[in-house]
Amino acid sequence: MLSVTGLESGYGRARVLFGVSLEVEPGQLVCVMGRNGVGKTTLLNTVIGVLPATAGTVTFDGRDITRLKPHERVRLGMAYVPQGHQCFPTLSVLGNLLITVEAAKQPRAAIDAALEVFPALRPLLKRSAGHLSGGQQQQLAMARALVTKPRLLILDEPTEGIQPSIVLEIEAAIQRLHAAGLAVLLVEQYLDIALRLADRFVILDGGQVVRTGAAEELHGEEVRRLLAV
Amino acid sequence: MPAFLNQLPIGLSIGAVLLLIALGLTFTFGQMGVINMAHGEFIMAGAYTAFLLGDLLAALPVAFLVAGVMGLVLERAAIRHFYRRPLDTLLLTWGVSLVLQQLARDLFGAPNVQVPAPSWLAGGVGILPYNRLFIMGLAVAGVVAVWVYLTRTKLGRRTQAVVQNRQLAATSGIDTGRVDMLTFFIGSGLAGVAGVALTLIGPVGPALGTYYIVDAFLVVVAGGLGQLRGAVLAAIALGLLNSYAEFWSDASLAKVIVFAVVIAFLQVRPQGLFVLRSRVLT
Repeated sequence: MLSVTGLESGYGRARVLFGVSLEVEPGQLVCVMGRNGVGKTTLLNTVIGVLPATAGTVTFDGRDITRLKPHERVRLGMAYVPQGHQCFPTLSVLGNLLITVEAAKQPRAAIDAALEVFPALRPLLKRSAGHLSGGQQQQLAMARALVTKPRLLILDEPTEGIQPSIVLEIEAAIQRLHAAGLAVLLVEQYLDIALRLADRFVILDGGQVVRTGAAEELHGEEVRRLLAV
Repeated sequence: MPAFLNQLPIGLSIGAVLLLIALGLTFTFGQMGVINMAHGEFIMAGAYTAFLLGDLLAALPVAFLVAGVMGLVLERAAIRHFYRRPLDTLLLTWGVSLVLQQLARDLFGAPNVQVPAPSWLAGGVGILPYNRLFIMGLAVAGVVAVWVYLTRTKLGRRTQAVVQNRQLAATSGIDTGRVDMLTFFIGSGLAGVAGVALTLIGPVGPALGTYYIVDAFLVVVAGGLGQLRGAVLAAIALGLLNSYAEFWSDASLAKVIVFAVVIAFLQVRPQGLFVLRSRVLT
């Protein structure tokens, strides 16, 4: 479904990714892991097109999307939830969902479907998104991604800096979406969450893939060493 | 005392013109990080449109279109290659500004021209001349229109989203390039309308825009980037300050006073009157 080959990118003259390749099959949950600063967020930003790729290709459903703009990729069925529970702060929760549903040219019913996944948002619809807690904003951010009816959901550290009770809700939501057949590309710092969720893992170090494998292999001593800070 | 009161409509109408100019700037600066020095020449284009048409009411929509299309062409042809590089846009648009001024000199001649005010704007009520009232009315209509656009239309909500978080807007499926074009068109068009308004209170010349562009930037900075409320308050305050400082001293000292006040204000509130607040940004 998603196929990344020899991807290179970075910021200005500073290169961050040196030829990253990975695959996400339909319905698969692939977890990208690695220490801070190894290029996990850069990889996701390049996959969704916020950062231009300087070399390599990204294909989605067999189509080369390396040069497409982010909004074009969203319309093809990719959704991205960036780091740091971002939202449009002056718009209401409903406004945040509406703007996305309109931009992605989806019917309004998509909002109801997203609220089924995150029912905690329902009583907050009229509230200004800037006034929500971090955990609520993260749920809103994920709901916003869902209203675009994606086939591939890209999540950058969805549990980072979120209160524990909501971490569990978010993990359960990812589990349910995955079980319902959604493909997920996830960056996750917590090994225990990754172990519970992932089908496959990709470990990055220094802008390169150093290890990939099925989830069962994550227990290995070598893997823990690669992730140790 | 009457002389003192007479400054009030002058200050308010200058503030109204500054507001129309700043509305466009605050969004092109806030949304795209573009310091558009050529914005002043869109004012000049609007004023010459009124001169050519000779009819105030017909000039308003035509000037909006003329200036808007000029802005659109500038954005597509040049500025969009310089997004997020404010200093480069400053140089680029300053050059464009000089070219446009020379173009106006070649087309209309260097001397100022006068646009006759329509007879129905002669006179006034009390201390309020009709022409100044008309300008204030234009500014009110401009602000209301921009507010309705931003909060009540799909495209306006997308504009707000891009102002608040460009990257998030793009990954939410918004075509940010199209939003940028539209913002530029509307902002430049409003400068054209401001140019028409200026024909009511003074002569029109190729350098008309340069008298207002700096003050308009002061309004943008003092009001807070991309902030409608901030632009309204700052424009009125600066308009009044300008005219009263001029009343009590002279034109050049007044400029010094205005700059000193704005600098002092920015020492206290570097972000301007209003700032976007959210937990995301803290």
